[in-house]
Amino acid sequence: MNYLTEVVYLIASVLFIMGLKGLSHPETARRGMHFAEIGMLMAIVGTLVSGHIVTWTWIITGVAIGSAIGAAMAIFMPMTAMPQRIALSHAFGALAAVLVGVNEYIEKGSHHELSNFLMSAIGFEVLFGALTVTGSLMAFGKLSELIKSAPITYKGQNFINITLFFTAFGMFVYLIFFPYNPVIFYTMIGLALLIGIFIVMPIGGADMPVVISLMNSYAGLAIAATGFAINNKVLIIAGALDGASGFILSIIMSHAMNRSFTNVLFGAVGSSQVDSSALAEERPITRVGIEDTKFILEQADRVVIVPGYGMAVAQAQHTVRELSDELDKRGIAVEFAIHPVAGRMPGHMNVLLAEANISYDQLLEMETINPTMDSVDVCIIIGANDVVNPAARTDKSSPIYGMPIIDVDKARTVIVMKRSMAAGFAGIENPLFYETNTKMLFGDAKKVLQELVAEFKK
Amino acid sequence: MQIELIYILILAGFVGFEVIRKVTPTLHTPLMSATNAISGISLVGSLVAAGSDNETAQILGFIAVTAATINVVGGFMITERMLKMFKKKEKK
Repeated sequence: MNYLTEVVYLIASVLFIMGLKGLSHPETARRGMHFAEIGMLMAIVGTLVSGHIVTWTWIITGVAIGSAIGAAMAIFMPMTAMPQRIALSHAFGALAAVLVGVNEYIEKGSHHELSNFLMSAIGFEVLFGALTVTGSLMAFGKLSELIKSAPITYKGQNFINITLFFTAFGMFVYLIFFPYNPVIFYTMIGLALLIGIFIVMPIGGADMPVVISLMNSYAGLAIAATGFAINNKVLIIAGALDGASGFILSIIMSHAMNRSFTNVLFGAVGSSQVDSSALAEERPITRVGIEDTKFILEQADRVVIVPGYGMAVAQAQHTVRELSDELDKRGIAVEFAIHPVAGRMPGHMNVLLAEANISYDQLLEMETINPTMDSVDVCIIIGANDVVNPAARTDKSSPIYGMPIIDVDKARTVIVMKRSMAAGFAGIENPLFYETNTKMLFGDAKKVLQELVAEFKK
Repeated sequence: MQIELIYILILAGFVGFEVIRKVTPTLHTPLMSATNAISGISLVGSLVAAGSDNETAQILGFIAVTAATINVVGGFMITERMLKMFKKKEKK
């Protein structure tokens, strides 16, 4: 590694950090990304001219195919498919790390240069990389509904997972001391691939934000380990940034669900508590029609909209914007209250609403909006359920007790748009629906919103 | 030499932690796609493998280059596409 390449890598690392720093505000974000892009370009060119490259065919082919696929995905994938895309890209990143690791193992192995340190790095890299590849593919499958998104559980599941994990880990430790054993090495990779599948299998759709964040973190760690394996500092730095980012997001997501990592990974929420709804079913609810909803909204000064995964499924974000415009025309203040785990990935709702041209300063975090909830005239809930369930505050027996929620029940009037009375993802009864200030507006979110907007335009 | 790399990892981890803690929750999805694109830096390692004179390395490297390029190109493009959507409405 010559000095020039090292310097280029250093500058690239600084540019990456500056790029992420830009994301602290929507106004600086794009400039930040340009820094990161320049950094990436420099690192790539720096590598190509470093004198290590002797053949170009595979490089050119790979870059051409990769660019075509990457660009096509970026241009044509709808925003609603963003969670799947993110999951898939974790798989790609981890795959690259695994392959570089395998190659390093073969090459250094053939020269008998596998030191304990190098083997630790390679082992870590392929272990985390491989489980991220299949784990992310499983998440991708679940998010795009190719696989049943409900948790898949069976007897002894945790026991099998833990056994698999310790077997793979045992092989890893063995390899550190006896690296020249390809059978063990490849078996370990195979086991890690299995672990990735098994670990995500019991996790349901609503827990996906945590899984995606964790996979983000693992992919980063695998890249950092690659840096150790091939003695490349920019990989270590970029991997550490990626790992830290995924880690922070996982923590935020777990906190927002009041659950620990272990609970998400081994808990399989939603499989056991589908029965609690029966007794409350008979309590009266208040229905409301489109015309009355319009009337209620017209009387309001301040309206807060709480979107959830249901809005994403119905692709109702543009209609939500139209409603917001209508209210705006009448001088009614509209804000959006966004729960950290609303949707299937961190920031899911924000991206959808931004796509619909809603100004980002109207998108408020839970902590910002909650203290002001008493002064809200009307709160409209679109396809959200658990994140507005007051049982999280009051009912100690509820599985979501302790989870921070958006305090919609404190608003003067709550309008819940919902397809039917069916319980939310976790099958948890929501007492909000029976409150005296709650009105239920049944139907497909998009259709109901369209009718409502039409009513306003009359 | 090895301890030096561990230094870098730990310090970079701290920097990452501090920088990313300040990322606004509104941009958490672009953050994920951006870190994804940045982690496509493994392309650097893949390029060396794909460009070597060893056949196995070339094949492994080729697949790795393709996968990493998808992340770099796709990741940055989609991040830009998302960030373009985050606009502030001019209030009259």
